[in-house]
Amino acid sequence: MPLRLLHPHLYMLKILKYSFYDLIRSRWSYVYFMFYLLLGFVLLFLNNDVSKAVITLMNVIIVLVPLIGTIFGIMYYYNSKEFTELLLAQPIPRSSIFLGQYLGVAGSLTLSLVLGLGIPFMLYGLFKSDAIFDFSLLLVTGAFLTAIFTALAFNIAISNENKIKGFGYAVLLWLFLAVIYDGLFLMSLIIFEEYPLDKFSLAATMLNPIDLSRTLILLKLDISALLGYTGAVFKQFFGTDTGLLVSMLMLLTWTVLPIWRIVYKAKRKDF
Amino acid sequence: MKIVFCFLLGLLCYAGQAQHTKVIEVCPTCPVSTIKEGIAMAATNDTLRIKKGTYLEYNIVIDKPLTLLGEDYPIIDGEDKGEIIRIVSDSVTIDGLFIKNVGTSYTTDWAAIRVVKSENYLIQNVVLEKLFFGIYLERSNNGRVYNNKIKGDAVDEYNSGNGIQLWYSKNVVVDRNSVQGVRDGIYLEFSDYITIKNNVSTKNLRYGLHFMFSNDDIYTNNTFDNNGAGVAVMFSKRIKMLNNTFRKNWGTAAFGMLLKEINDAEISGNTFEENTIGINIEGSNRIEYHNNNFIRNGWAVKVMGACYANTFKNNNFLYNSFDISYNSKMNDNVFDQNYWSEYTGYDLDKDGVGDIPYRPVKLFSYIVNRTPETIILLRSLFMDIIDFSEKVSPVFTPDNLLDANPLMKRQK
Repeated sequence: MPLRLLHPHLYMLKILKYSFYDLIRSRWSYVYFMFYLLLGFVLLFLNNDVSKAVITLMNVIIVLVPLIGTIFGIMYYYNSKEFTELLLAQPIPRSSIFLGQYLGVAGSLTLSLVLGLGIPFMLYGLFKSDAIFDFSLLLVTGAFLTAIFTALAFNIAISNENKIKGFGYAVLLWLFLAVIYDGLFLMSLIIFEEYPLDKFSLAATMLNPIDLSRTLILLKLDISALLGYTGAVFKQFFGTDTGLLVSMLMLLTWTVLPIWRIVYKAKRKDF
Repeated sequence: MKIVFCFLLGLLCYAGQAQHTKVIEVCPTCPVSTIKEGIAMAATNDTLRIKKGTYLEYNIVIDKPLTLLGEDYPIIDGEDKGEIIRIVSDSVTIDGLFIKNVGTSYTTDWAAIRVVKSENYLIQNVVLEKLFFGIYLERSNNGRVYNNKIKGDAVDEYNSGNGIQLWYSKNVVVDRNSVQGVRDGIYLEFSDYITIKNNVSTKNLRYGLHFMFSNDDIYTNNTFDNNGAGVAVMFSKRIKMLNNTFRKNWGTAAFGMLLKEINDAEISGNTFEENTIGINIEGSNRIEYHNNNFIRNGWAVKVMGACYANTFKNNNFLYNSFDISYNSKMNDNVFDQNYWSEYTGYDLDKDGVGDIPYRPVKLFSYIVNRTPETIILLRSLFMDIIDFSEKVSPVFTPDNLLDANPLMKRQK
């Protein structure tokens, strides 16, 4: 189909559609989808309790979703580089090209996640269970984590021509936010244990999307009773509507900022 | 000849006794229409048969050996005016009454039934509702509290009382009672040689069972479910706790059982299920824990310090967030031949005992004890990684804190 002069948004939609279908047709999307489908079925088959399965699922989601988002994002960017360059030769706004690609990747990953987990849970009677709110929160945070980490991966890819370097940085970023950040967090909690740390730990949790997602889900579950005094402080904050709103806004900021930087970088980049 | 004589003498005595005791009927339309009147008329060892109906009475004092027998649960309504029955004589039996509306006081502990300095009493099949204190035994030994049902509607700790309270009473049997919705389900203070068995204590504001300064007691086959904080056993010696169930004591300050300054006790065959803390141990020595089940608790056993020479043997630890938590590097307790659901070792010689020891204390639980705020990192990948590395080569947790013979199969 020859590209005609269209409204910029329509280009973005076209590219989004292209990327989305490209990924949907690709094997990896199916593997990812099947993985979640299988995970959901196995979990529910093993203990048949929707709310218990949500806890186990949380452990998987907060580690795996960011990792897959990062790796998929960076791989897709590098793989479709030639096509991107071809598109750049056309009279299409740059932001449309990159945003379209980004939304295509993030959208197809989110779809795999939501469908892969949603189908088994629905079959096992999610709608009749009290866990539906917890489960939706799980999916919402999962979707956010996908969007955030794919955007971060695109950022890294756009700033690094060297694939190996870009890949390394991306994995390092995931490692930092998923593991090292918590290590530093823990160290500072121990070093400053004589000071009141409630505000600090609240802030430190808010600043890392993985920690924020984990805390949001944990506090909704029974297990929050284990958190004791600290948990009570957290619950006072996250348990309220304001808290939930603030954390959702925080996740949104985490999504919007990298996307904005993709556009910003794309406009100035010399291809 | 001698035997026959004895027999005749016995029969004679029995007949003589029977002649003396009589049955007084009490009912709202009878000549004797109140329980107080009935007691005033009765002689020693008489029986008051109280028929169905409502009796608006309080401050009923039983000052001679009597049997109060309710038929079809007559209602004694205290109209919130004060204490209802006070027993001040030996050998009193109370059976089958429905007592309600005990007055609430901030200066005296009004009870539905209070036994004061009396012996050989029996309180059974009584139903208590809307109460302050339920059955209050005060300096009264050798009694029995059997098959009563206590159902309170307590909301606040400061203006509610206990279901069954024993104070300076010895040799009492508390059996098959059900207590719910009061402050402490069963409360013991300075009471020795007590047997508490087959009771169900649920949904109480504070503790299902509360022991203070009471020695040589035994409690078996009780169920403590959904209480505010669980069961507290404090400052007592030589207590046996067998085959009880502690369930769903869930909340930030809740536990299945709290042991504080308990020595030489035996805890076996109990089930601790879904409590924030299964057993919280503080300053307790020489306790034998065996054949207990710890299932899906936050902390199965939390050792707070000053606990020496305790033995954990043949217990099942199943799916707890933390199996054992310690706050010091020293360990003087023995863990042997337990089943740990988190054990990942192998058994090459197939003798049912794992070949490599299990370390039940996670580094994370050690860190949390030191800096409680770190609990916010619960279930993060970082914690799993350092727990794993600590498991492989322990640096921070006590070196000798391990189960050298972890079982491969769950104990029945």
